[in-house]
Amino acid sequence: MIDMSPNIVLVVTIGVLFTAGVYLLLERSLSRVLVGVVLLGNGANLLFLVAGGAAGRPPIVGDGDDDRRMSDPLPQAMVLTAIVITLGMTAFLLAMAYRSWQLHRHDEVQDDVEDRRIARLAARQERATTDTDTEGVVQTLDEEATEARDETDEGAPARVGAGDPAGTGDGSSDPAGSSAGRGEGERP
Amino acid sequence: MTATDLSWVVPLPVVVPLSAAGLTLALYRRPRLQRVVSVVALSIVLLAALTLLVLADDGPLVVDVGSWAAPVGIDLVADRLSALMLSVSAAVTLCVLLYSLAQGSQDDEESAPVSIYHPTYLVLTAGVANAFLSGDLFNIYVGFEILLAASYVLITLGGTGERIRAGTIYVVVALLSSVLFLVAIALVYAATGTVNLAQLAIRLPEIDPGVRLVLQVMLLLAFAIKAAVFPLSAWLPDSYPTAPAPVTAVFAGLLTKVGVYAMIRTQTLLFPDGRLDDLLMWAALATMVVGILGAVAQDDIKRLLSFTLVSHIGYMVFGIALSSGAGWTAAIYYVAHHITVQTALFLVVGLVERAGGSTSLTRLGGLARLAPVLAVLFFVPAMNLAGIPPLSGFLGKLGLLQAGVQLGTPLAYALVVGSVVTSLLTLYALVKAWNKAFWQTPETEPRTVRLPFGMVGPTAALVGVGLLLTVAAGPLYAYTERAAAALREWSPYVYAVLPDGQRGQGESVEVAREDELRDHGPGVEPSTPGMVADDAGGEG
Repeated sequence: MIDMSPNIVLVVTIGVLFTAGVYLLLERSLSRVLVGVVLLGNGANLLFLVAGGAAGRPPIVGDGDDDRRMSDPLPQAMVLTAIVITLGMTAFLLAMAYRSWQLHRHDEVQDDVEDRRIARLAARQERATTDTDTEGVVQTLDEEATEARDETDEGAPARVGAGDPAGTGDGSSDPAGSSAGRGEGERP
Repeated sequence: MTATDLSWVVPLPVVVPLSAAGLTLALYRRPRLQRVVSVVALSIVLLAALTLLVLADDGPLVVDVGSWAAPVGIDLVADRLSALMLSVSAAVTLCVLLYSLAQGSQDDEESAPVSIYHPTYLVLTAGVANAFLSGDLFNIYVGFEILLAASYVLITLGGTGERIRAGTIYVVVALLSSVLFLVAIALVYAATGTVNLAQLAIRLPEIDPGVRLVLQVMLLLAFAIKAAVFPLSAWLPDSYPTAPAPVTAVFAGLLTKVGVYAMIRTQTLLFPDGRLDDLLMWAALATMVVGILGAVAQDDIKRLLSFTLVSHIGYMVFGIALSSGAGWTAAIYYVAHHITVQTALFLVVGLVERAGGSTSLTRLGGLARLAPVLAVLFFVPAMNLAGIPPLSGFLGKLGLLQAGVQLGTPLAYALVVGSVVTSLLTLYALVKAWNKAFWQTPETEPRTVRLPFGMVGPTAALVGVGLLLTVAAGPLYAYTERAAAALREWSPYVYAVLPDGQRGQGESVEVAREDELRDHGPGVEPSTPGMVADDAGGEG
């Protein structure tokens, strides 16, 4: 049976690293996020050391003459890999923060443009999208019904609203002409 | 195993793109040669994947990398599930590569540095293949990191302000999920003393159920961020649409599915007792409904498709959470269907943007007259995604609904209803997109653009693959059924990796046996000196 009771110093250190890491990850500045990621990564690496059992034993002892005193080399190999990966990611994040500074003179994580737009519209109580099929038409169905006539109505023209440029019937006419009329109403 | 002579094919999907990536990086001054290398490499991967697809039907193929026996050494396993995922992803990556080649040669004004595109893209494919093939939890992590590192570069390609903004969100969220995954692996190792999937499958049932639950939650959390399952999905529609069309297409098709694959693998192999199934079902329901409501509200067609992507991840999670052979069968089939369809749609949107000059649905219009071929190319996968019979989306959804009804719990029925509603709303969102982009009278007189055949061809090919999934649905569904049955039986995978339940094949076994004979020592767990060099050298 391997002794798996963890070292209290290691456990506390892991706790501190994760706390600080999470706190920094929630910051807006990308360089602080970067430091947060590094702390989190190191916390995870220490966790691997804990997973490897008690400290203080050599990883490889000769030909295994006293194999009870050998510590588990597998977590150390995994930590090595994880360190290399974290290094690469850190380098990339640094490059990105620098690029952001180059472009905007700051490295703050920006809001999503679409989210911003929707939030602004919500603040003004406006709708996010306009529906071209209904928005250009001023009439409601009831109004249209009162205006519509057919041959049973005596002596009247076939349709009253036929000349209306925003009418629904002109979709099949030439695209350039009608698009001018329909395009205006969509986007204020 | 009968096919041991051909097991050398297994590492090819990882090794070939990685070597080609190095080669293309060295050839950065010779763009033409770069292209040839990339296309040849990905064609080899496709061939290898199809070979594996056939071979794996007779039983899983296992390779112990570097002849280090399985529990300590890294092993690659190609069973039916892996081989199917690999084949579909290889076909998709090849199509997207051809598409991006044509796009690259078309617009030179695009600031994307093409010389870095090829190596990165190849590394991405290698990472995806590694994640699919790996039989080792830590190696899955390495595969994830390989593909994520490549995806960071691809999503910020060119380093424009917009892409840096979107890339920041993507990178930070991905890094967080990586840390979670790493912590989960450390905990798994602390609890069981192994990261080999087959050995974990044997050992996990022996440990304390509470600890097992913690491990399961940690792993699911890490994979759910990658797969964009609802409460953890907000990053996806923010970050995907800004990337170049082929990049978005391959991300949408593959990256989330790698997360789904990892969920299937761990849920079926490591935690077959299904204690979190109810939670997963709720997550699936929320993913479907919230995702599709987001899609309905969108005006930008790329964002709309990103939201449908999130929404349809819910179907796969639903299938996983059913924990039955029928559910897993449908989920696996659905993953294969969704990879092709979603990628095809994003490629088509790239063409729409080129033809219409925008991705905003209010500005697009009249494309049906302008580019009839494009209209067909959009219509078929769009209907396929919405699940109109007889296309493959319908078959996948039908399978899920049947499996849900079979389970028969109230929650399963709620999900059945939810998935039908989601399907209808998908139809609504896509028909709206269709009406606006293809039938609406355009705001300005559209300029006539000749769509290059090099871009239309691969897109059409991918749409064709989607149709092939429909035509060949019978054999394919039977294949996924066998794959799910093998997952359910659980032992074929374990005993393929560890024939005696203890060690895999490989030279190190003989060495270890000799050592044991000489030393008669009981030995510490991993009694193979030299492991350190092997592990670190292979991945560092």
